[in-house]
Amino acid sequence: MAELSLVEAVNHALAYEMANDESVLLLGEDIGVNGGVFRATNGLQARFGRERVIDTPLAEGAIAGVAVGMAAMGLKPVAEIQFTGFIYPTIDQMINHASRLRNRTRGRLTCPMVLRSPYGAGIHAPEHHSESPEALFAHMPGLRVVVPSSPARAYGLLLAAMRDPDPVVFLEPTRLYRLFKQEVADEGESLPLDACFLSREGKDVTLVAWGAMMQETLAAADALEQQGVDAEVIDVATIKPLDMETILRSVEKTGRCVIIHEAPRTAGFGAEIAAEIAERALFSLLAPVKRVAAYDVVVPLSRLERQYIPSVDRIVDAVRSVMEGS
Amino acid sequence: MGIHTSVDPETGAVRFLSPEGALCRPIPSSLSDELLVTLYRAMTRTRIFDGKAVALQRTGQLGTFASALGQEAVGVGAAAAMQAHDVLAPSYRDHGAQFLRGMTMAECLLYWGGDERGSDFAGPRLDFPNCVPVATQIAHAVGASYAFRLQRADRVVVTFIGDGGTANGGFYEALNMAGVWRTPTVIIINNNGWAISTPCALECAAPTLAQKGVAVGIEGWQIDGNDVVAVYDTVRQAVEKARAGQGPTLIEALTYRLGDHTTADDATRYRDPELVRREWAREPIARLRAYLLRKGAWNQEKEDALQRESLEEVGQAVNAYLATHSAGCDAMFDHLYATLPASYVSQRDTARRFEPKGGGGHG
Ligand SMILES: Cc1ncc(C[n+]2csc(CCOP(=O)(O)OP(=O)(O)O)c2C)c(N)n1
Repeated sequence: MAELSLVEAVNHALAYEMANDESVLLLGEDIGVNGGVFRATNGLQARFGRERVIDTPLAEGAIAGVAVGMAAMGLKPVAEIQFTGFIYPTIDQMINHASRLRNRTRGRLTCPMVLRSPYGAGIHAPEHHSESPEALFAHMPGLRVVVPSSPARAYGLLLAAMRDPDPVVFLEPTRLYRLFKQEVADEGESLPLDACFLSREGKDVTLVAWGAMMQETLAAADALEQQGVDAEVIDVATIKPLDMETILRSVEKTGRCVIIHEAPRTAGFGAEIAAEIAERALFSLLAPVKRVAAYDVVVPLSRLERQYIPSVDRIVDAVRSVMEGS
Repeated sequence: MGIHTSVDPETGAVRFLSPEGALCRPIPSSLSDELLVTLYRAMTRTRIFDGKAVALQRTGQLGTFASALGQEAVGVGAAAAMQAHDVLAPSYRDHGAQFLRGMTMAECLLYWGGDERGSDFAGPRLDFPNCVPVATQIAHAVGASYAFRLQRADRVVVTFIGDGGTANGGFYEALNMAGVWRTPTVIIINNNGWAISTPCALECAAPTLAQKGVAVGIEGWQIDGNDVVAVYDTVRQAVEKARAGQGPTLIEALTYRLGDHTTADDATRYRDPELVRREWAREPIARLRAYLLRKGAWNQEKEDALQRESLEEVGQAVNAYLATHSAGCDAMFDHLYATLPASYVSQRDTARRFEPKGGGGHG
């Protein structure tokens, strides 16, 4: 077992799968000699050659589109979009083609591609480098949207994404790339998609988060423990399709729920979870469900980004109001 | 003096000054000695600014920064050929042009230091802000120039894009519209050889980028982008042509990125330092200086004074930048809509309630 950072875990998962499945190939801007701007693909071109680790022209729409073509013909392309601010041109291909190829052809053609991208704020990056568009992709029928929150989950979930027969959007929280290391067994063992992970057990309130926000959420759970509040924490991991059962089970136990995400509040994915709880577990609730999200503003440049990202204080405050309201 | 050809013998691009600063053909009448000195001063100021900005980033006082080291002639030459009431739609490496148009160095630092107020230029009020998503600015330039034509305004729009950017759909689509609509647009490809680690040959298999104009019915000219005379004179012609209602021009300026892509990049990972060392022999500032010195239009005394003044100017901009306090959380809401919708008030209240004391720092 090696101690890996999240970005190293991504690198190991890519290398493992490329070594074991010849149909896997990587494409994206600067992923070859440079190893990706975050080094996620470090050393892979030297190891697997230029035909399987392709430095593409600067053309995100075509990167996604050629991946659809490759995937339909039996390859398993893993496309990297350098930052999520530049992922928007892929939406045309992802929504009109990647997500529907199976359905449109009644299963005759399929699209086992992975679209990877670093995402989220918190690394003092320039304009358009800090966006959180998971809800846009989650809204597209036929896609999977996966957000790992730790090196081990990045490794196991990315392997699962590459092995999945359908298109997966894999969003890697940039803020976590090098934040901490974790023991990861590089043995090719995947983690389940479409499943939430119970990250911490508790009985008073359910905190639901994903990706980088797991950091603030777990820290808030620690702070709450000091104040005598026992929080359960769920890592959603696969945003879409959503494992609502795990969340409902927890909410039925605790009677309270706070959903935390870094994307803007309105029409964020937290709204979906809250609505599901309202439909299916309203009478288990002791207090209204609350969301702690970014404000409905443009991700600010770096000087204000800490005020944009929901803080531990904001989560604790929301939990306290939920506790008091019941 | 010098060889009397009008083009770079290797690339065929239009050139007036050789890398040694020798005349390849007569300096056009549009460029007086006084203007040449102005261009020289502007390029030097840009280079000194870049050096300081990189140093600020290295010491944690600035965010990621994209230096124009080695490419000063493109931005400076092009901006000098524009009129104040024309409009610039820049990419993110065009502060050389922006400074000439009146954006202050402090504003530039503020932007890269992570503060939106850096894009609220005091000078060129109609110029577009830096454009980070590659190639998206070309369509803005075409739309803006269409607006000017419709308004019978005597205005031209100049826009910049990198070599890598020309691989992007946004570039092709906008270029095609400029061709069809014959808008008063000048599109300048800043071909510095690299799109981060990707060399031009992996972005495009055509022999030149200028010929991308052919497919959309736009004239494409290739110039030596390290020769500020060639840049100025060519852009001037393209701007005049646009102003006269004769449509858009695509200009490929051949230059070289002597620095890293940005301060977040390490070019030694993918680029032979020997290549870069050789390119230093072609750089634009020494070239013009050699010419001006030989002509007697410049001397060591003036050079020393320029260095001193520029360092002082940059130093003052840095001080102004460092003294600018964080705007505070309200800034996230202030310019979102013309007036803040009622539904936002409680969000802003929350932001205020959780605003840390003392505000944000630099970089
Ligand atoms: C649409 C888009 N994709 C990716 C990026 C990330 N990125 C920033 S600069 C760059 C390379 C651009 O190269 P080029 O157009 O040649 O301009 P240069 O930076 O060399 O001036 C890339 C890939 C981006 N800003 N926009």
